[in-house]
Amino acid sequence: MQKLVLGVVFIPLLGAAINGLFCWKTRRKAHWIAVPAIAIPAVLAFMILLRVMKGERFDHVLYWWIALGGLKIPVGFLVDELSAMMMSMVTFIATWIHIYSIGYMDHEDDISYARYFTYLNLFVFFMLILVAANNYLLMFVGWEGVGLCSYLLIGYWYEKISAANAGMKAFITNRIGDFGFTIALFLIYKHLGSLIFHDVFALAHELSVPLATLITLLLFMGATGKSAQIPLYVWLPDAMEGPTPVSSLIHAATMVTAGVYMIARSHALFNVAPFTMEVVAVVGAATAMFAASMALVNNDLKRVLAFSTVSQLGYMFVGVGVGAYAAGIFHLFTHAFFKGLMFLCAGSVMHALHGELDMQKMGGLINKMKITGITFIIGALAIAGVPPLAGFWSKDSILHHAFVSGHKVVWFIGTVTAGMTAFYMFRLIFLTFFGEPRDKHLYEHAHENPPVMTIPLIVLAVGSVLAGLLALAPNGGFEGFINRIMRTAHEMVTHGAEHAGGHESGLALIIISVAVAVMGIFLAYSMYIKRVPDPVTMAQRFRPIYLVLYNRYWVDELYFALFINPTVGISRHVLWKIVDVLIIDGIVNGVAGLCSLIGSVVRRIQTGYIPDYAWLVIIGVVIVCGLKILL
Amino acid sequence: MEMTLTYLIGIITFAIGAFGVLIRKNAIVMFICIELMLNGANIIFMGVSKFKGLIEGQVIVLFIMAVAAAEAAIGMAIITAFYRRRGGVEVDKADLMRW
Amino acid sequence: MIANFPILTVLIFFPLVGVLIISFIDRKNVNVIRWTAFVISVIEFLISVPLYFEFRLGTPQFQFVEKHPWIKAWGAYYYVGIDGISLFLVLLTTFLTVLSILASWSIEKRVKEYMISFLFLETTMVGVFVALDILLFYLFWELLLIPMFLLIGVWGGPRRVYAAIKFFLYTMAGSVLMLGAIIYLYWNHYNVTGFLSFDLFELLKTPVPSTVVPWLFLAFAVAFAIKVPMWPFHTWLPDAHVEAPTAGSVILAGVLLKMGTYGFMRFCMPFFPSAVQKFALLFLALSVIGIIYGALVALVQEDIKKLVAYSSVSHLGTCMLGLFALNLQSVSGSLLQMINHGISTGALFLLVGVIYDRRHTRLIKEYGGIAKVMPMYATFFMIAMFSSCGLPGLNGFVGEFLTLIGTFQNYPIFAVLGTTAVVFSAAYLLWMYKRVFFQPLTNPANMKLKDLNFREFVILLLITVPMFWIGLYPKPFLERMQPSVEAFIKLSKGEATVSMIYKKDTASSKVALDLSEDTKIED
Repeated sequence: MQKLVLGVVFIPLLGAAINGLFCWKTRRKAHWIAVPAIAIPAVLAFMILLRVMKGERFDHVLYWWIALGGLKIPVGFLVDELSAMMMSMVTFIATWIHIYSIGYMDHEDDISYARYFTYLNLFVFFMLILVAANNYLLMFVGWEGVGLCSYLLIGYWYEKISAANAGMKAFITNRIGDFGFTIALFLIYKHLGSLIFHDVFALAHELSVPLATLITLLLFMGATGKSAQIPLYVWLPDAMEGPTPVSSLIHAATMVTAGVYMIARSHALFNVAPFTMEVVAVVGAATAMFAASMALVNNDLKRVLAFSTVSQLGYMFVGVGVGAYAAGIFHLFTHAFFKGLMFLCAGSVMHALHGELDMQKMGGLINKMKITGITFIIGALAIAGVPPLAGFWSKDSILHHAFVSGHKVVWFIGTVTAGMTAFYMFRLIFLTFFGEPRDKHLYEHAHENPPVMTIPLIVLAVGSVLAGLLALAPNGGFEGFINRIMRTAHEMVTHGAEHAGGHESGLALIIISVAVAVMGIFLAYSMYIKRVPDPVTMAQRFRPIYLVLYNRYWVDELYFALFINPTVGISRHVLWKIVDVLIIDGIVNGVAGLCSLIGSVVRRIQTGYIPDYAWLVIIGVVIVCGLKILL
Repeated sequence: MEMTLTYLIGIITFAIGAFGVLIRKNAIVMFICIELMLNGANIIFMGVSKFKGLIEGQVIVLFIMAVAAAEAAIGMAIITAFYRRRGGVEVDKADLMRW
Repeated sequence: MIANFPILTVLIFFPLVGVLIISFIDRKNVNVIRWTAFVISVIEFLISVPLYFEFRLGTPQFQFVEKHPWIKAWGAYYYVGIDGISLFLVLLTTFLTVLSILASWSIEKRVKEYMISFLFLETTMVGVFVALDILLFYLFWELLLIPMFLLIGVWGGPRRVYAAIKFFLYTMAGSVLMLGAIIYLYWNHYNVTGFLSFDLFELLKTPVPSTVVPWLFLAFAVAFAIKVPMWPFHTWLPDAHVEAPTAGSVILAGVLLKMGTYGFMRFCMPFFPSAVQKFALLFLALSVIGIIYGALVALVQEDIKKLVAYSSVSHLGTCMLGLFALNLQSVSGSLLQMINHGISTGALFLLVGVIYDRRHTRLIKEYGGIAKVMPMYATFFMIAMFSSCGLPGLNGFVGEFLTLIGTFQNYPIFAVLGTTAVVFSAAYLLWMYKRVFFQPLTNPANMKLKDLNFREFVILLLITVPMFWIGLYPKPFLERMQPSVEAFIKLSKGEATVSMIYKKDTASSKVALDLSEDTKIED
């Protein structure tokens, strides 16, 4: 087991190291190293998963990283149901995205090609560290590490100002979240004396409720950064500046879900803090709705998907927030397939249209790109929650848990958002793949991509169809599997659910959400194919709302005006120019100036004429002798 | 009486030298005046040495004479150099040390 | 233990041998001079390496101790030794000197004098860290100013004279206070015990009248705070850094600033535990101000070197925060952070020097997009940058995390404020990095920049290794410093006295001298 785990975690690092150190050697052949460096761990991870299914677990310390007094932090790995599932999912998706990248990145020059695969492998390594760590600090290593890779990959085309800005924005925004995360670690260590999951969770119930609330709120602050929730979501839409496979892997399937994973992992802490759970659920629901609303009107293919990711992440937080950790994780799992798929499809469209992202210029592409189109539609159906595709099962499970645990408002928001999701997704589908081509020139040059890109699409499409069916597997399906590690939480939730008469309402809820989804799809169809009501006139009629949504509520501008500009302004004009240069240095130079002022007066004595000095000497002698005689 | 006279001569010589240093501007004259001062001091040292029977006074005088000789050599060299540079030996031409 | 080999003495004086050799080389043989200096510094580094391996674990005692009478009438000794606190600072000094000399190849002006200054500087730096006689310490402390003054004042940038004098006077102002305090301690010791001694431990043992303690503490503290530099004594630093030549900046940031923190650890705090208690909040507050202030001001700098200089203010604030929190993790973290800062900020200065050699400007707006033409350089810069802003896996994180988690145990509020550094440091460094390396390559002067040459590559590779080492496996560092750190904490909290911790007979010393007899003054 240990060899398997180490293999899974460190083979990607090896791949990154080879490509990174010898990029001028590997060049165009980089993928021959990078792809196996992920594919082999994928196989190993699957073997681990099979063993874990049999009930095996693994918690092993590789070496002690920091050991100082009471603070003992190992580099150690924990494999249980949750991390085994995450490892398998991450490596599986990553493998296909690596393969896809071979086709997608073929326009890059040789060194950049190798650099791309280096970063990608490194990312997978850090992601595996994140999910396999057996303590908070090592998790934080992965947590920051994926942030680093995200920074590097968003800024991959660093010569574009927007890409360079987006990378920086992502990293700094994440750091704000990490600030909370770090403080949470301090608190955990101070009050529980350890950062190792095993010890922390064993002692978690001893925490007082206010303290646990504080800790979990701070952890959640970290999660809002990494998983792009209100108020730190702003980096994710900009992160679309990176290559599309990166958006797919990092900013949809894996990294952004780290926050959800972390909360599920810390369920023992969160269970002690009901208030935080409410906050998580409410923030999740608010983010889901908020982001979906911005996706409604955006014309940028990838940004719609990005807002959709933010929105779906909101769902996951609703899931973990209402105590249905397994449901949240299940949605994380299915989302990885269909959102990863849709990003790859978007990348496929981009690749065919030479980087064009504006949906207003597309249309009718289904005729040119059959595979991309069909897989995209599968993905959209999955996210819209049409049974029996993946999204239906997981989203429904979350909404169900929200409803039965008494979060009626959250449930309502989630259901409305489901309708919005279906609408904007099919708006995207109809604008891109159906109707008349709006830019003839682009349309003429469009073409289906080579198999190296389409095969991953097909694989993930199959996954999007089938992943949800895991819910029906024996022993409680997917959620039952995950719940094996969080028995208490599960009991708490299902306990409540049973009391609320979960199963009777279950079917009704399913019907409602499916109906909402179908309505959304139908509305999109009528607006963007039939043009009743015509979207342009709608935009005219509700112009204020349209503008607010189109400009993304001016949140970026607001943050600039409220935080960034004042900070920079105060730093420059007050702290530096006034406090530093004027006051402190002024005092220093003032003292020096005072000395030279006194000097400039006193030095008048130095006439330079020898007789004057001689006079002074004589006078001095007379005074000294006189004093001697007098006294 | 003899003692007083010796001291008086020493003091007068010294005072003439000091006065010369203070009021003359010619470097060479000032230099001579310094020598006068030194010799005034020498006379007093000799007097003390003789009347108090202390040998140290004579030792000091020898030192002073040695120093005066060295000083004369260096001082004259400086004055010569100064003369070449400034075209005169008046000390008010030396104002580089002025503030 | 290498039996009876006076390794510390050799370490102190070996660079002077180099000075001697170089002074006999004709100044026209520039390359011979460079290579001689380089070889000397490498040998010096190799001599210092056994300290690491031979260092005995698990004891706070001073090791490699040598003690010989120096000025008997004053009770001054040639007394040197190291413990877990000074060990790494000595290693850092010898290591950075090698790199600095290697980085000084681009110096063309008065190479001979430059190298002589540099080697002399190394002697004094090692001397400061190993001296256990307070007079000897003070001597090295002051001597050090001379070569540094020359390095800035002769080989510096356009405003070098202003910067050099500012640096010199600032430090002198503090030193004067310290000298006063040292003299007071010295006479106080004489009044109490009846014999004269500059021996650190003798002075530590002697009780000081409680009314004077705060004043003495402040005198020492100001001297060291200027060196650190703590806010608001920091304004010499940006000027000195900006004007100093690359290697000068590296040594200045890497070693000289550590002398301030080292002074706090070795003298200021163990001497006056009661004052530490009294002033802890003040110094914690100043540290936190330094952290945030340094970071914010760094954010808006237009000169890369100045930015790095202000980031030093921020980082050293973290060190001071850890010291005054007086807790095993925080102090160890702070000590580790001193090493880290020497390495990562040293690396940043080296990197800035590389580009300054090519373009002769350090203004951020002159650059942009140079990752395209200098990919290798950009990579090293990025590693150093992330090391500086505390990315886990690199050295900065371990030190910062330990410092803050330790501080949090005692002073949560200060720790939280100090933690804001994670956001700010990322902000100022990444923003600078973006403007220098990313964005389109527009300035024609940058189009034909050459990537690293072999010498620069070697320097940067060498300095990158410890970043990963400390980041991934800090245990060898932590286990060596732990006993000394514990001793320091006990002393500074007043929980233990000197004689409880440092036992003369068990110390692995060559003490050849009975203290009380030789130096007794007959009245």
